[in-house]
Amino acid sequence: MSVANRPVHRPLSPHLQVYKPQLTSVLSILHRATGIALSVGALYLATWVIYAASNPNAYALFQSFNTSILGRIVLGGWLFCAFYHLCNGIRHLFWDAGYGFELKDAYRSGWIVVAVALIATVVSWIVGLRLV
Amino acid sequence: MNSDLRTPLARARGLGSAREGVHHWWAQRLTAIALIPLVVWFAISLVMMSGADYGAVRAWIGSPVVMVLLILTIAIGLHHGQLGLQVVIEDYVHGDGSKLALIVAVRFIAVLFGLAAIVAVLRIGFGS
Repeated sequence: MSVANRPVHRPLSPHLQVYKPQLTSVLSILHRATGIALSVGALYLATWVIYAASNPNAYALFQSFNTSILGRIVLGGWLFCAFYHLCNGIRHLFWDAGYGFELKDAYRSGWIVVAVALIATVVSWIVGLRLV
Repeated sequence: MNSDLRTPLARARGLGSAREGVHHWWAQRLTAIALIPLVVWFAISLVMMSGADYGAVRAWIGSPVVMVLLILTIAIGLHHGQLGLQVVIEDYVHGDGSKLALIVAVRFIAVLFGLAAIVAVLRIGFGS
């Protein structure tokens, strides 16, 4: 094996599993996870609009799933992801603009994001369930 | 003293080593800012319309303001999602072939569903 082909075992930086979970890291991972969930959910919501443009029977079938318990969990879960990703996304935009990098500020904005996202989610669930 | 190792031309172009500059980063932020009001509106609408029957949902989608906001939400939302998924794929998928295949698949699916949903909105709005 030539020198160029020999595998190089460079030291690797410690990865996720060696760190104790902290608010900042958990929220960061959650931002990605909710982003992925929102993208998949967006396809489902697009399908909803497509069904609304088709015939009443097809739409009724789709809507019967939406109003089922599983459908409520999917839509309610998507709403939580949307509120969380929205709030934490605004937090990211402030970072992009250069604000809020102090550890104290990062924790405070993190808890604000958690609180606002949870409150918005609970309110939306209560209102949504009353409307069904 | 100028400590920048780049040539003056490279610095002026600002395209970086990947030759595309900050385009992806900027597009992600621009769509994010646009989505702040759109997602608030859409989340409220989703709660209000989540149990709507055929007639009610079509009447809602077909009103001019909703049509515009919904098409904006679909297009910008899927574009933002596609940009974000691309970053996730680039971070975690290391094979060149599978990375490219996944990024292309995500783009195609986003365009397909986005266009289908926009056509659906227009069909409802213009009644055909």
